[in-house]
Amino acid sequence: MSPAEPAPVTRERGLALLREMLRIRCFEDRCVQLYGELKIRGFLHLCNGEEAVAVGTMQAIEPEDAIVSTYREHGHAIAHGLDMQALMAEMYGKQSGTSRGRGGSMHIFDSRKRFYGGNAIVGGGLPLALGFALAQKLQRKSAITACLFGDGAVAEGEFHECLNLAALWRLPLLFLCENNLYAMGTAIERAEAQTDVAGKARVYGMPAEVIDGMDVFAVEDATCAAAARVRAGAGPVLLELRTYRFRGHSMFDAQLYRDKAEIEVWQKKGPLITLTTRLKALGLMSEDDYQRLEREARAEVETAVDFAERAEFEPLAQLERFVYAEQAP
Amino acid sequence: MSKQIVAPDVAVEAGRGTGVAPARMTYREAAREGLRAALRADPRVFLMGEDIGRYGGCYAVTKGLLQEFGPERVRDTPLSESAFVGAGIGAAVGGLRPIVEIMTVNFSLLALDQILNNAATLCHMSGGQVNVPLVIRMATGAGRQLAAQHSHSLEGWYAHIPGLRVVVPGTVDDARFMLAAALACPDPVLLFEHIFLYNMEGELSAGLERVDIDHAVIRRPGRDVALITYGGSLHKCLAAADQLAAAAIDAEVLDLRTLRPLDDATIMDTVRRTHRVVIVDEGWRSGSIAAEITTRIVEEAFYDLDAPVARVCTAEVPLPYPKHLEDAALPSPERIIDTVKSLLTRSEAG
Amino acid sequence: MQIDFRLPSLGADMEHATLAEWLKNPGDPVHRGEAIAVVETDKGLIDIESYEDAMVTELVVAPGARIAVGTVMARLSAERAAGAPAREAAAAAVPPQPLPSAGGPLAPAPKPPAPLAPAAPAATAPGRARLSPAARRRAHELGMSPEALEQRMAGKILHVEDVERLAAEAKARPSGVAVAPDARSAMRAVIGSAMARAKREIPHYYLGHAFDFGAVRDWLVRHNATLPVSERLIEGLLVIKAVALAAARIEGFNGYFRDGHFARSTAIHVGTAIAMRGGGLVAPALLDADRKDLKTLMLEFSDLVTRVRTGHMRSSEFMTATITVTSLGEDGVETIYPIINPPQVAIVGTGCVRERPWVHAGSMAARPVLNLTLAADHRVTDGRTGSRFLKTIAELLAAPEKL
Repeated sequence: MSPAEPAPVTRERGLALLREMLRIRCFEDRCVQLYGELKIRGFLHLCNGEEAVAVGTMQAIEPEDAIVSTYREHGHAIAHGLDMQALMAEMYGKQSGTSRGRGGSMHIFDSRKRFYGGNAIVGGGLPLALGFALAQKLQRKSAITACLFGDGAVAEGEFHECLNLAALWRLPLLFLCENNLYAMGTAIERAEAQTDVAGKARVYGMPAEVIDGMDVFAVEDATCAAAARVRAGAGPVLLELRTYRFRGHSMFDAQLYRDKAEIEVWQKKGPLITLTTRLKALGLMSEDDYQRLEREARAEVETAVDFAERAEFEPLAQLERFVYAEQAP
Repeated sequence: MSKQIVAPDVAVEAGRGTGVAPARMTYREAAREGLRAALRADPRVFLMGEDIGRYGGCYAVTKGLLQEFGPERVRDTPLSESAFVGAGIGAAVGGLRPIVEIMTVNFSLLALDQILNNAATLCHMSGGQVNVPLVIRMATGAGRQLAAQHSHSLEGWYAHIPGLRVVVPGTVDDARFMLAAALACPDPVLLFEHIFLYNMEGELSAGLERVDIDHAVIRRPGRDVALITYGGSLHKCLAAADQLAAAAIDAEVLDLRTLRPLDDATIMDTVRRTHRVVIVDEGWRSGSIAAEITTRIVEEAFYDLDAPVARVCTAEVPLPYPKHLEDAALPSPERIIDTVKSLLTRSEAG
Repeated sequence: MQIDFRLPSLGADMEHATLAEWLKNPGDPVHRGEAIAVVETDKGLIDIESYEDAMVTELVVAPGARIAVGTVMARLSAERAAGAPAREAAAAAVPPQPLPSAGGPLAPAPKPPAPLAPAAPAATAPGRARLSPAARRRAHELGMSPEALEQRMAGKILHVEDVERLAAEAKARPSGVAVAPDARSAMRAVIGSAMARAKREIPHYYLGHAFDFGAVRDWLVRHNATLPVSERLIEGLLVIKAVALAAARIEGFNGYFRDGHFARSTAIHVGTAIAMRGGGLVAPALLDADRKDLKTLMLEFSDLVTRVRTGHMRSSEFMTATITVTSLGEDGVETIYPIINPPQVAIVGTGCVRERPWVHAGSMAARPVLNLTLAADHRVTDGRTGSRFLKTIAELLAAPEKL
């Protein structure tokens, strides 16, 4: 893969990326509280620490591209521009949520933005993404499909089947492995005899690269370059984005499987700190900028919470709708 | 055909004929005790599954077992259901006694080929040369707003398959002791634990040392109507029966305990005495195990029926996330009571 | 401002936790996201964090206490940023009222969803009652005809207790007195008037035919041996069926004479004379007797008899016969010369079957002989046609297995 020119680091670019990451961080933190207050129920998987992956990758996505993600998709959805109010309403289970409240945290969909979930089965989205890419190729579109998944999915059979097929059929599929080093409570070295995910992809016949998932600039640059290659028709590419999850796998996680010390080490090199430190060192931003952006992000989240609080639940009489399509496509 | 393999006697800590009060514990704790007893009793027994070791188990059932028995016998696996379930099958055929945990029935679909085409079928395909003494434990059921992909009740589906045994402990006693009976069975046993039951507290019967996995049990005798159910719906039926008693309707509650094979004799005995039946089953209504039981009642006890067999099942919709929709879709004591009352008062034909 | 810090729900099935340790004391500041306490859950020890920058003012719950989700654990004081109003911690999610749809991105539902209650059973033929299987069995045990019950209790579902109640009621009614004496003499008057009219208006002609009934009897004995008691046929039923079939083949004996002319009936409803207890004779119809098999006719006949004897007839049943069959029963005389029931145009009678000397297979033998008689309306048919009709009946009876 020819290394593309990294985009220049500017104040404008930096603050824009920081703003997006703060929107995600504030959303996730607010969700913790709302879950504790029983407003959000079910399973809640948060992406604190992984904001750079969400924001950096989504910069490479064009409006016609399709995205398939996992149950830890709030960051991807926010960075891709899904409406935060509708997103929060979905968390609440309200009718004005992105899936009319039917799906909840793990099943975020927005067909207009081509965001196709939100999948609760590890590895379950990969075959779906394969299909989108196949359709795009057969329909001669210039669009691509971005498939986000974690290191846990690498163990599932679907991962291997899909990488092989995507390469064999030269599909416009961008595999984005968000490797946060844990599949729920199982560290990657306890699940994989060979932990080099990018290496596995190469063996299946596609270019692959390891990227520092805490550096949003690096993520953006790499994803744009990979996307351009896929868009040009050269077949699939895999990026292994190494990152870390600051919170538990889901809300109810005593985290017996990792040390607090390890979490603290990673928190010190988290995406917000990494970007802020670099921009400040380059004289491109001040602490005031940070405070302002954080305030704005929290205010936006609060507006979304207001919206969700006031929104209505779907009437009970409609329980059995949406099992089958109601309109001919 | 291999000999029946019988697990050695398992000592019971609580009150074995000593006059000690029965132990009170949660279903989760009872299940954990069953696993611990199995690991202690037979060195061939080992556990395999996702996050059962260091994480302590998704529902905390296996918490502490890794520390007690070590990583050889409590094995964390990668997220490779097909591979590790298949490995469980092979290990069982190869002489060990694995207890495989599939985190939930929702993920078992990834291992369906191994379960159906290997575990259920090897004995028959080999003309009886090979048997598969494997136990697979799975969490199942809905009611915690886990949405469409995490809320399935597929035990009825699995009960469709010859070659498998399907058991559904609904009480603390059964959570404690059904595992041992499953391990003693020479054939593959799927053991389903409803997620709502894990926190449920109950009393372990004093002096109880074993249970079978062949029979249904009457949990509450009655005269006017029978509520036939299993697993996560058992407590709903018992609650409904209490409320019906206040309305002078005496409901019998029959806990099926095994879905494959079904205990026809006990079921029909209940039908013959009560003449009216409501089957409560958390599977979706169409093609449910409730449908199978209804048909068997028609086949074997038709002339004892004083009313059509009724079913309370899950509505025909993937489980939605919002609480009010999920509650409306699932069986509930209210729906059970309404169904019983309509059975007893219908007198106009057509 | 004062903030109540409550035990958060940390999991889908978490209901309680035990406070293991406070990480802060009263007077300590705590930052948003910083751990304030450690609680013990089924899954292990978990830190819980403050959602605000605040100062701890009071610790409400002591370590070791087991508390429910939502319990106030501590009180904090904080300055809230403007524009972010305090929100009350909720209890469980509020179940909504069923409101009209706010109209999401999709079109409104095209049709209401299927009801959650199980589907109501399809209606059967209107008017029929239905017995549950257990009720049906109980009816048999009590000697009641389920079909009779079904006819009587049209539109109802009958359960075991209904059958038992009906049986008790039937028992309570004294047997044999189906009709009050007053009603009986009224009936006598009605019959008398009808017979007088018949004799006045209808020019009767009479034909008789005697024939060997032995083969029929033998067949019947053999046939009945294969049947349960409740289904066994009587001889009279074979006659009824034979008459019906004959009436289908030969014109002029099945229908009504009214307003000066004969209207034949395509449907053949055979009136069956039945004696009532305490005197009186009625002849309700077996409908479509030519089209039904013997088994069905027998059931219907039994039902008619039951209802006649218990007084549960419907007036319509007296109006529909298109031809009548009458008999003298087991111990009457050999021959009956019946009177036609107007507006019918024929009536067939059977005497009591008697052993008589007969030529059988070329020599004398004692054979059971039946005298079959026909009374018919000479305005519609004559002796020649009547003779053919009677002979046809005899021929049909001679091949009972084909009836």
